[in-house]
Amino acid sequence: MRLQKSTLFALYAVLELAADPSRQMSTADIAARYGISVHHLAKVMRQLVRAGLIQSVRGVGGGYRFSGNVKRVTLWDIIEQFEPEADQPDDVSLDTATPISLALDSVRGEIDDITRATMQSITLKSLLKFAPAED
Amino acid sequence: MTDTAITLREAEAGDIAAVARLDELHTGLAKPEYWRQMQQPHEGRCFLVAESDGAVAGFIVGEVRTWEFGSPPCGWVFAVNVSPDCREGGVGSALLEAICQRFRRSGVSTVRTMISRDDPLNLAFFRSQGLTAGPYLELEKALDPAEPA
Repeated sequence: MRLQKSTLFALYAVLELAADPSRQMSTADIAARYGISVHHLAKVMRQLVRAGLIQSVRGVGGGYRFSGNVKRVTLWDIIEQFEPEADQPDDVSLDTATPISLALDSVRGEIDDITRATMQSITLKSLLKFAPAED
Repeated sequence: MTDTAITLREAEAGDIAAVARLDELHTGLAKPEYWRQMQQPHEGRCFLVAESDGAVAGFIVGEVRTWEFGSPPCGWVFAVNVSPDCREGGVGSALLEAICQRFRRSGVSTVRTMISRDDPLNLAFFRSQGLTAGPYLELEKALDPAEPA
């Protein structure tokens, strides 16, 4: 599965915040930690707030905080916010489906099904549990 | 609910009705005969139940299989199930750890299972226990009953 930049940024941000739900981090903090664009991440953070996965904390030392349930939210819950077509077959817009194109669609469907089941089965807590410890 | 007080022990014939009920609750299919067979002595097999307040709170069954599909000896978990009243209390984790200990004592160093893609509960459980995709792919096809036997 090829993920868009926004999706990867969203996964980094949500997982970083979910690692310690009591912690607040600014967009700049997260962007610096992952070496990614602050401007691009800011747009992603706003979408995550709208999705209810994080909340914005105002005031001095404000930033963002995780607001979901680490035992319930899965990687797929984040991915589907940014990859609206992730659950749809590619629209190659063939005028005519041929036996070969249908057979290829079937193989790609197998891969998509496995990918989706995998992403739906990994909660944030599970991923964080097995993330290697930092030096 | 957290940290349910449980006792782990080998499954007995008297547990099978409760095991079959738990399984039916999750799968929607009643198969008491299968569970009775599973409880019969079989080399390498391990069938454990978790008991809480005198009732079956969960069960796990598996066995060591050797060289099937070309795989070196490996512990297979065939099924694990926890009563809905006892979920998120560590029962499933305790059962899996117990069967893994038995597999280790049998000399194997890998535990493996197979789960339906449509079973997010068990998929998430095994993921939370550190199981990831293994080196084998399961393949199948439907057999056309119209083709010659």
